[in-house]
Amino acid sequence: MSVFIEQPRFSCALAAQQTVLAIPGAVPVIHAGPGCSAKAHRSIATEAGYQGEGFCGGNAVSSSNTGEKEVVFGGEGRLRETIDGALKVLDADLYVVLSGCTAGIVGDDSVHVAEEFRRKGYPVIGTETAGFKGNNYAGHEIIVKGIINKFLEEEIEPQVRKGLVNVFSVVPYQDPYWRGDLHEIKALLEKLGLEVNILFGYESKGVAEWKDIPNAEFNLIISPWVGKSVGELLQRKFGTPFLHYPVFPVGAIETSKFIREVGEFAKIPKEVYEGVIEKEEDVFYQYLISLADFIAEFRNSLPHEFFAVGDSLYTLGAARFLTEELGFIPKGIYAIDDVQNKKAKQLDELVASLGDEYKDVFVQESDGGLIVADIKDKLDKDKKTLLLGSIWERDIADEYKFPHVYLSYPVYAHVVVNKSYFGYKGGLNLLEDVYDSVFKKGIVTRTTISV
Amino acid sequence: MSINLNISAVEMRDKRLGAITSYHGDAQTLLELSEDKKVPVTTRSYSQCSACSEGCAATLTYYVRGAAIVAHAPIGCDAQIASQNYAAKAASINRHIEEIHAIKFLSTNIKEKDTIYGGLEKLRNAIQEAYDRFNPEVIFVTSSCASGIVGDDIESVADEKESELGIPIVPIFCEGFKSRVWTTGFDAAYHGILRKIVKDPKKKQENLVNIFNFQGIPSFNDLLGKLGLIPNYLIPMATVKQLEEMSEAAISVHMCETLGTYVSAVLEEKYGVPEVKAPAPFGIKWTDEWLRAVAKATGKSDLVENLIESEHKKIEKELAEVREKLKGKKVYVYAGDSFAHSIGNLVQDLGMTLVGMTTLHHDQKVDNENKERLNTLKNLIDERGNIPEFSVCNQQPYEVIKILRRLKPDFMIARHQGLTPLGTKLGIPTINEGDVNASVGYEGLVNLGKRIIEAGRTSKFEQNIAKHAKFPYSKWWLDEEPDPFYFERENKAK
Repeated sequence: MSVFIEQPRFSCALAAQQTVLAIPGAVPVIHAGPGCSAKAHRSIATEAGYQGEGFCGGNAVSSSNTGEKEVVFGGEGRLRETIDGALKVLDADLYVVLSGCTAGIVGDDSVHVAEEFRRKGYPVIGTETAGFKGNNYAGHEIIVKGIINKFLEEEIEPQVRKGLVNVFSVVPYQDPYWRGDLHEIKALLEKLGLEVNILFGYESKGVAEWKDIPNAEFNLIISPWVGKSVGELLQRKFGTPFLHYPVFPVGAIETSKFIREVGEFAKIPKEVYEGVIEKEEDVFYQYLISLADFIAEFRNSLPHEFFAVGDSLYTLGAARFLTEELGFIPKGIYAIDDVQNKKAKQLDELVASLGDEYKDVFVQESDGGLIVADIKDKLDKDKKTLLLGSIWERDIADEYKFPHVYLSYPVYAHVVVNKSYFGYKGGLNLLEDVYDSVFKKGIVTRTTISV
Repeated sequence: MSINLNISAVEMRDKRLGAITSYHGDAQTLLELSEDKKVPVTTRSYSQCSACSEGCAATLTYYVRGAAIVAHAPIGCDAQIASQNYAAKAASINRHIEEIHAIKFLSTNIKEKDTIYGGLEKLRNAIQEAYDRFNPEVIFVTSSCASGIVGDDIESVADEKESELGIPIVPIFCEGFKSRVWTTGFDAAYHGILRKIVKDPKKKQENLVNIFNFQGIPSFNDLLGKLGLIPNYLIPMATVKQLEEMSEAAISVHMCETLGTYVSAVLEEKYGVPEVKAPAPFGIKWTDEWLRAVAKATGKSDLVENLIESEHKKIEKELAEVREKLKGKKVYVYAGDSFAHSIGNLVQDLGMTLVGMTTLHHDQKVDNENKERLNTLKNLIDERGNIPEFSVCNQQPYEVIKILRRLKPDFMIARHQGLTPLGTKLGIPTINEGDVNASVGYEGLVNLGKRIIEAGRTSKFEQNIAKHAKFPYSKWWLDEEPDPFYFERENKAK
């Protein structure tokens, strides 16, 4: 893996301010230089399909705007003023302090300053998210664990409610489709009769839902690695068991498998979850078969190989669907999430367990420049190939007139609202987008072969 | 101005120009206090996020054709580069540049251990890597808060690699924490370019006009072309050769004094390239004055009166129609220093009533010793009178929302990313003056008028949004505390 980054595919830990903003009623308070918050917004919100400032993001984020004085003399006083002002000016249920590089190097104890306010009864917690500590995947885990550790009372005796599940999955905003994904995940789990704390997004009950976390019967982590440590933390803290489902379910095969695992883990009666599968699959395959005519008729002009670039969650989810259900051949799967140490090895093992066709083409790389160079090196310009990824892959697609589907940040020159690639419906969405993309690069008919 | 290109970093605008980020009152008082740099420096005990120098330095250097950029920074400082790369495509097409410009960028991706042991070895390798990957003519190296506080000696590594690689390696010192005003980042970029790229003139290019602008449409072409002049659009989308030769130009102009103040003054002082002493060409009278000043400085005075007359005639009918439709409509301007003053002139030229203005910072001084007609606030007041509702703040929507709710303008015009949502959520049709070249000259005025009218016609959108949008502000802040500037106080440390 390169130590440098050309064509970034994520931002820094501080950009996890977007994780805070994804919780209804929670607001970030930034203790960092003047540009950090705005840059985090412009990258992870704006360049992820124009997701907007929402309730208190964009230019409305509270920030100490660290200057030379704070760097020289320390910025804890400035942070105190900023929190104090935020408590007066904003109407929020939870204030999460995120400290940046300036505070991190100078040594301001933001966590302690936040704790002073919390001890006085204000809902304020502190986290250390200096940009040099890692990317916003790491930042996301810091925030989630910070809220759990500092906001949920240690001494709480969980009042476990049967069928209540906390979901930890996609990283809000960084996954451009997170809003739609969480909607679909919640809807699917509710079909199984579960009560869902989805924790982020428009359908979350917000901070109240976070307070309900200890009462869950189990935690569900749907992600190769992000959130697994949250499951472990909650097990230690509240004794809650967790199910780690590492492959993001896209399409019928993986989603049915997912439902069966959840069903067994949650001790849902078999007839209930098998009933859901039967009904969902019936509709799913009717749709799929309806497009089979098109795929068969146009086979000569359709791509059959693909490259996928994005985080391990999304690339593996999409790759499984395309490969197992549509017969595509993976040519390259690039996981950009900069997975650290032992977890990187575990990710390689996960991919190997999926089959050689994945293992042989799977690369962990965060330097977008190297990814693009590798794709260009491997692709056959005369063979129409599907490119799933960001706007950087769209550049290759434009150059070679290849079809392209947005799968990962940065998503620019493309608007995302409530689309999802999760589950049965997500598989159909991806099916639609993959085959529709063919028509965006030239004229394609069943009677003339286009290259 | 005493320029010193021997020092590696430009003197901060805060000190050099007495730049401030807070003021409220009327415009005339601000102008008078600025004369002696006497505006009280105040700070906010509570603030919302601002922007930083690094971002502004990037905005210029990313777009230099033939250059590569090495950001010595954690990845978050430059994670939003994809949108800039896309803008570079748009600019390439708008400027009829054959080879679409792609930004050549590499981040050193500073990690925790680099902040402990220093990041110079990494920087050295990154410069080499950028050289190998991009084969650039020059490499810009931008600093960051992290590299600045750690104390990495970027200059020495740049010098070392420069002699090794044989191309200019240009350090740009733009640590975000060092200046209250993000526009210091423009000065930082110019300073690096002036130190390392601009060459001593070999000849005078009599018809060449330096235009300091962003990557907007080439709207100066028409008017300058009719005077037989050649526009040299700088810095974005320029080639390295264009940068090298800016010392050979006949004159320098800009679309915004804030953007062009430092570089134009240096070019005048060091190379004798005069900065045109006239308001930027926004609005009829200012465009007239600007054209006359440009013509005079380039020996084209014989052409200019006919040009002005025929241009006036060309837009006469349409301008009258636009003015009729906009007459008396209330407008609020929320944009960066000098450019806001220009918008203020434009909207009043369209017959609108300027009910208030917020500029994103304020420079009490300009760099050029001969400041006559370069003081944009003075120009605006001279032209249109005092502005009773005038404030300065580095974005701070929590302050501006209180002003807008009180003044209830029919329209808002904003320039700077992310300011338009505030107006939109309040139900005010809001124009993003994103392409700062769009309203240049006579046709630019008419076109701005048309864009405002269009926003008025489609205002059901804003009405709909306003009905449903929620703001994060407390009841106390929105409805009970009357003072938008409650958190501002005099900075005793200064």
